[in-house]
Amino acid sequence: MDSVLGRLSWDAIPLHEPILMGTFVGVVLGGLGVLALITYFRFWGALWRDWITSIDHKKIGIMYVILGLVMLLRGFSDAIMMRAQQAISFGSSAGFLPPHHYDQVFTAHGVIMIFFVAMPLVTGLMNFVVPLQIGARDVAFPFLNNFSFWMTASGAALVMMSLFVGEFARTGWLAYPPLSGIAYSPDVGVDYYIWSLQIAGVGTLLSGINLIATIVKMRAPGMSLMKMPIFTWTALCTNVLIVAAFPVLTAVLALLSLDRMVGTHFFTNELGGNAMMYVNLIWIWGHPEVYILILPAFGVFSEIVSTFSGKRLFGYASMVYATVVITILSYLVWLHHFFTMGSGASVNSFFGITTMIISIPTGAKIFNWLFTMYHGRIRFELPMLWTVGFMFTFTIGGMTGVLLAVPPADFSLHNSLFLVAHFHNVIIGGVLFGMLAGITYWFPKAFGFKLDPFWGKCSFWFWLTGFWLAFTPLYVLGLMGVTRRLSHFDDPDLRIWFEIAACGAALIFIGIACFIVQLVVSIRHRSRLRDLTGDPWNGRTLEWSTASPPPAYNFAFTPIVHDNDAWAHMKQHQHARPQQGFIPIHMPRNTGAGFALATLSALFGFSMIWHMWAIGGACFALLLGTVIVHTFNYDRDYYVPADAVNRIELARTRQLTGHV
Amino acid sequence: MSDTGTSFSFYSAQEHHPENGTMLGFWLYLMSDCLIFACLFAVYAVLGRNYAGGPTGAEIFDLPAVALNTSLLLVSSITYGFAMLSMNRNALRTTLFWLAITGLLGAGFVTLELREFLHLIEEGAGPQRSAFLSSFFTLVGTHGLHVAFGIVWLLTLMVQIGRHKLIPSNRRRLMCLSMFWHFLDVVWIGVFTVVYLMGVLP
Repeated sequence: MDSVLGRLSWDAIPLHEPILMGTFVGVVLGGLGVLALITYFRFWGALWRDWITSIDHKKIGIMYVILGLVMLLRGFSDAIMMRAQQAISFGSSAGFLPPHHYDQVFTAHGVIMIFFVAMPLVTGLMNFVVPLQIGARDVAFPFLNNFSFWMTASGAALVMMSLFVGEFARTGWLAYPPLSGIAYSPDVGVDYYIWSLQIAGVGTLLSGINLIATIVKMRAPGMSLMKMPIFTWTALCTNVLIVAAFPVLTAVLALLSLDRMVGTHFFTNELGGNAMMYVNLIWIWGHPEVYILILPAFGVFSEIVSTFSGKRLFGYASMVYATVVITILSYLVWLHHFFTMGSGASVNSFFGITTMIISIPTGAKIFNWLFTMYHGRIRFELPMLWTVGFMFTFTIGGMTGVLLAVPPADFSLHNSLFLVAHFHNVIIGGVLFGMLAGITYWFPKAFGFKLDPFWGKCSFWFWLTGFWLAFTPLYVLGLMGVTRRLSHFDDPDLRIWFEIAACGAALIFIGIACFIVQLVVSIRHRSRLRDLTGDPWNGRTLEWSTASPPPAYNFAFTPIVHDNDAWAHMKQHQHARPQQGFIPIHMPRNTGAGFALATLSALFGFSMIWHMWAIGGACFALLLGTVIVHTFNYDRDYYVPADAVNRIELARTRQLTGHV
Repeated sequence: MSDTGTSFSFYSAQEHHPENGTMLGFWLYLMSDCLIFACLFAVYAVLGRNYAGGPTGAEIFDLPAVALNTSLLLVSSITYGFAMLSMNRNALRTTLFWLAITGLLGAGFVTLELREFLHLIEEGAGPQRSAFLSSFFTLVGTHGLHVAFGIVWLLTLMVQIGRHKLIPSNRRRLMCLSMFWHFLDVVWIGVFTVVYLMGVLP
């Protein structure tokens, strides 16, 4: 082993893998193209000043969403490869993916879709919307917010790097030992997995702390907890879950890396190790994690249903209680992921029952949405379509979940494609539809113009039909006993189902393509789709009371809240937008420290993966030094002068009067 | 508040200062860190008797040395408390003095712990020997690592106090470190009880 480069050598570059090399060439050419465009349009300065170093929660939120969407393309190409492989790899045909490659593909697909698609989309929406909804100027810790984003992006960068330098884990998305231990996975794959999740996990944890402090401390005067918009409530519960769950992931992954790097015996088969300890711990994080993802989606749907039905949300208080109950129950169900561990009838019954109980508050939510729509003036605009699609899809996913919660049934469905179909049913039908609904709903707030409805509707219908075509066959196959994560099948009777599923994946592909076309068309026709009012949907909460896009300070004067749906209440009482008397506004200053720290963390992680101890040590020392130097910077904020506020608000007044 | 009146005030004309969230945020961080320790305690509880034919706690723990170590850390919490009292009296030099004493006690703690670790490894009772020793080294070592970072933080803060005096943001930082330091003390009481005292029981 080299003393400087550790395990890294030219052999790590997969020159003999045409798929990977083709992708690599594509990524390099694409990357060069982007760099060339940035240079051509002289965008580097603006990119650094306005985005990379920005501590503005709105820009950070947008960057999170962009990260999530880019990674969605990567995660989806993995999905397409799996569906294609399983459709053709029968009998004598081995398909186009050898097992060691196929195993990396399904692992990367799961890891990327959860950690680098769903999490950034959820965090991005919360970042963008929550401060606006509670009438705040930014989050509680704006620098940490920027740092958190770049840590998440660094984790994503490490996962992407594993594609071209070395390999990714071949263990499944939760990397169970002993398979993920050094004895059975001696290569760098699991190390890429560990370090990318550890680095991104720091970002997630810090942004969780940040948003809790924001929601608890920075609400506008008059906004008591029970006057908070539902999305903010779900964001609060999600972030409580993040702070209470992610440390467990950090701890268990640290123990796994000690097993791999130091030679300890936490999860090994020898000298007293206990692999089931890992499985318990990772699901104590993992089950709350799925609620971390779905709760904000519930919040998005609540906002949308109420806005597009033109009514206050039905059963606001029961919605809040349901959210809180789900938050608590999410900690009492983890063992249902491994009923087959053999903990005995009593333990399995306990966890089976708690799991079934979760469907009660969730069902209450569905009824609340339905009753909000009942007697409402429903406008079936794009966000509402996603919401209705969600209610239909998610309810079925929830029911298959209750089936799996029955321990005896789980013994035969465990590890089968039925399970795979179930969790895609709730994650695509719930989280992903929710995030796409949220992006469509708040896009005009972020950019000042709506998304094109035609292409959006195409995207919606292809996603919905594609989803059902792709995953209904997996339910059927699962009931027939087909297990997950197989790259080859012998029984030709199964083939037709996999072919149908592949067609479904193709429809989803068209759905994603339509979404991209929608973005391009909307940007090109932005003058036609422009919204000057700042309130394009006749919204009900405070984010719609300010300009689109909002000024850096969000609100020239802090709003005072008297009722739920504060903005609807203000409109109802003919509030007058203040046009004078502006005062200087206290704002945080941009900084490049977060980007620098996250870059160093990524380098540190890369060195640890490849056992480059000297470089890793240097990176760590630099990291510590940068943190210390950063704490010596006491000059972190400034005042936007009153006449600058006046100028911005005057322009908005002109916009509003010109529009009417 | 009635819905019939139309004379609601919808904007605050003065500057609105939300409460500073640093203390809440730091508490949340501490609780998340506490969960990491909770996991390590749970792992120790499950694996702590898996000796795999290797040494047991009763054979390797040197209780008098650990008691000395414990008292160093407990006293350092008191001296940090003295530093905070001096800070409240605005006494810059006394604050620095007590912080320095706290740092020295912390350094003594880390040194003694490292000595114990080296001694165990020399005797063939390293973290690779058994699941018990893996979880012992990890739990105790994670705590020691926290104390070491606390010392680096303390030194940094002493320089910053020397430079900027006891300005509000430095007071806030001292308060955070104080919470961190006492937190580590509380965790150590758990370690001392669960690992060392219960570990020497038959």
